[in-house]
Amino acid sequence: MKIKSPKDFWAGLMFIGVGAFFVVWALTHYQMGTAVRMGPAYFPVLLGGLLAFLGLLVLLESFVLEGPKVPAFAFRPLILISVACVAYGYLMKPLGLALSTVALVVISAYGGHEFKWKEVIILSLLLVVFSVLVFVKGLTLPFPIWPAAFD
Amino acid sequence: MMDANILSNLWLGFQVAVSPMHLLYCLIGVMLGTLIGVLPGIGPVATIAMLLPITFNLSPVAALIMLAGIYYGAQYGGSTTAILVNLPGESSSVVTCLDGYQMARQGRAGPALATAAIGSFFAGCVATLVIAVAAPPLAEVALKFGPAEYFSLMVLGLVAATVLAHGSLIKAIAMVVFGLLLGIIGTDVNSGVLRFTFDVPELSDGIGFVVVAMGMFGTAEIIANLEQGENREVFTAKVGRLMPSKEDFKRIWAPIMRGTLLGSFLGILPGGGALLASFGAYTVEKKVSRYPEQFGKGAIEGVAGPEAANNAGAQTSFIPMLTLGIPGNAVMALMIGALMIQGIAPGPQVMNEKPQLFWGLIASMWVGNLMLVILNLPLIGMWIKLLSVPYRYLYPSILTFMAIGVFSLSNNPFDVLIMAIFGLLGYLCVKLECEPAPMILGFILGPLMEENLRRAMLLSRGDPFVFVSPSKPISLGFLIASAVLLVIVALPALRKKREEVFVEEPK
Repeated sequence: MKIKSPKDFWAGLMFIGVGAFFVVWALTHYQMGTAVRMGPAYFPVLLGGLLAFLGLLVLLESFVLEGPKVPAFAFRPLILISVACVAYGYLMKPLGLALSTVALVVISAYGGHEFKWKEVIILSLLLVVFSVLVFVKGLTLPFPIWPAAFD
Repeated sequence: MMDANILSNLWLGFQVAVSPMHLLYCLIGVMLGTLIGVLPGIGPVATIAMLLPITFNLSPVAALIMLAGIYYGAQYGGSTTAILVNLPGESSSVVTCLDGYQMARQGRAGPALATAAIGSFFAGCVATLVIAVAAPPLAEVALKFGPAEYFSLMVLGLVAATVLAHGSLIKAIAMVVFGLLLGIIGTDVNSGVLRFTFDVPELSDGIGFVVVAMGMFGTAEIIANLEQGENREVFTAKVGRLMPSKEDFKRIWAPIMRGTLLGSFLGILPGGGALLASFGAYTVEKKVSRYPEQFGKGAIEGVAGPEAANNAGAQTSFIPMLTLGIPGNAVMALMIGALMIQGIAPGPQVMNEKPQLFWGLIASMWVGNLMLVILNLPLIGMWIKLLSVPYRYLYPSILTFMAIGVFSLSNNPFDVLIMAIFGLLGYLCVKLECEPAPMILGFILGPLMEENLRRAMLLSRGDPFVFVSPSKPISLGFLIASAVLLVIVALPALRKKREEVFVEEPK
């Protein structure tokens, strides 16, 4: 058997995996109940089974129908953009809005095509000022601006 | 009698809409909407999601007026980018690129922009009336809906959502089911059991819709844009004369009418909205045109029809949200989120209990459309300048606002982490050609669907045929419609047609 449509092959595997996981986890952890009084497992098992079945169809189709290859992943933006968001979230409480905004801008800018320190510093300063004025002063969101140690 | 009612209701609505405060929020909404519509890479879903926590401080009317303005304002802005840069500023203006950009290359950017604005304005006015006329009787009917009817209606909505996805129908349905499953995560309302929370306390309330939408549509989009690199060619010098000629007017009035009608209808369908409407209108115009060979080479009908349709569709998609409490698309789901933040349970009762909110919102759409058409054309120069801002300045800014928005939902970094995870999933889906839109709709409707399924089965004592029994003709009708829709889409001939429409995307 030769995989003719790699995109469908992997998508099919993904659907089967997710569907099967929901079915197995629900069956082993929650009550099934009956059709009249459905337990917490009923709906997930129903849907998980359906998803796995649809995944199987997609998988089988991938051996029959021609389809395009899975394009290469751009790992640099993928990783850096994700890290930038997560860093922002987890730095907010210890370091405050100003420094976490700088961290987000620097890390995410590093995931782009061009990285110029001067531009990035100016942009992050602008965004810090804007965030403080609009979100903290204007909309009174309860964000700390500076690191907790300074207060 | 009926008409007098509508008039007095609209009168009430206009009184609400023209109060200085509401005019201001309407203006903020439509300007912001145009701005993000012009900018490729950020859409109304991410913007409304970002602003949702902020609306907590506003009155319900002001909040909805502003958020609605963002949605239809984005339809106006999206066409500007499509015509001048050949990039869809908004996903629903993909088809406007085809002929709008060609017109710009022939030095007719002005008439193309004006046609888009005129078409949108006309469609906006008609769609406002459609909502005023269609919503009250629909809400009346909806008050009689039981759980079986609601369940079947949601099935129809989800099936309709797969129609507008490109590519494989099975994959689109699978994405809907995937979304439904993700919606299950959290506390089961019937038994209090924590499902799929893996002992993470933050998951006990389920995953926030805003977080999922920001990840799938926001961060995933930025990552995908970054891998493509910048390549923009803006036609700034050649906008020139704005007004279409007499000959142009003769050619655009019929497409605008057809686009408005089709868009209004497709917008009401669950799963519909601006995107489906614009694709539909383009196909129709190409079919009925006396100059089909001009399409793709600068046919003005190819701008007029879809632009009227997407604005009409954007507005009438409020009908199921306002009357049934069911979101037809991701933007409407956010609107429901906005209502719930204000402590208003969405559903058919909103119209009677909060007439000021309901009619004020509708009247504000007309006011907003007027603002857009007056402000937009003179401001085109400013939007063009904005388009020349490089993406490397834009995306860190967008990311900052998204992160603030998500963080402020519950002041918890966990939400930002989940957003990043959904960004990864969204990117993976793009690579595997699995559409995120049906998944989001499934995610929103999941809990509602389970609830209504359970109730219906309890009432019928476990008889699964309750949904198709002759004693429930409405439910039966919805399911028959879903089945017909599935068959139509699955038919080989139509499937090919559907692919053709989507293949016409700009290179």
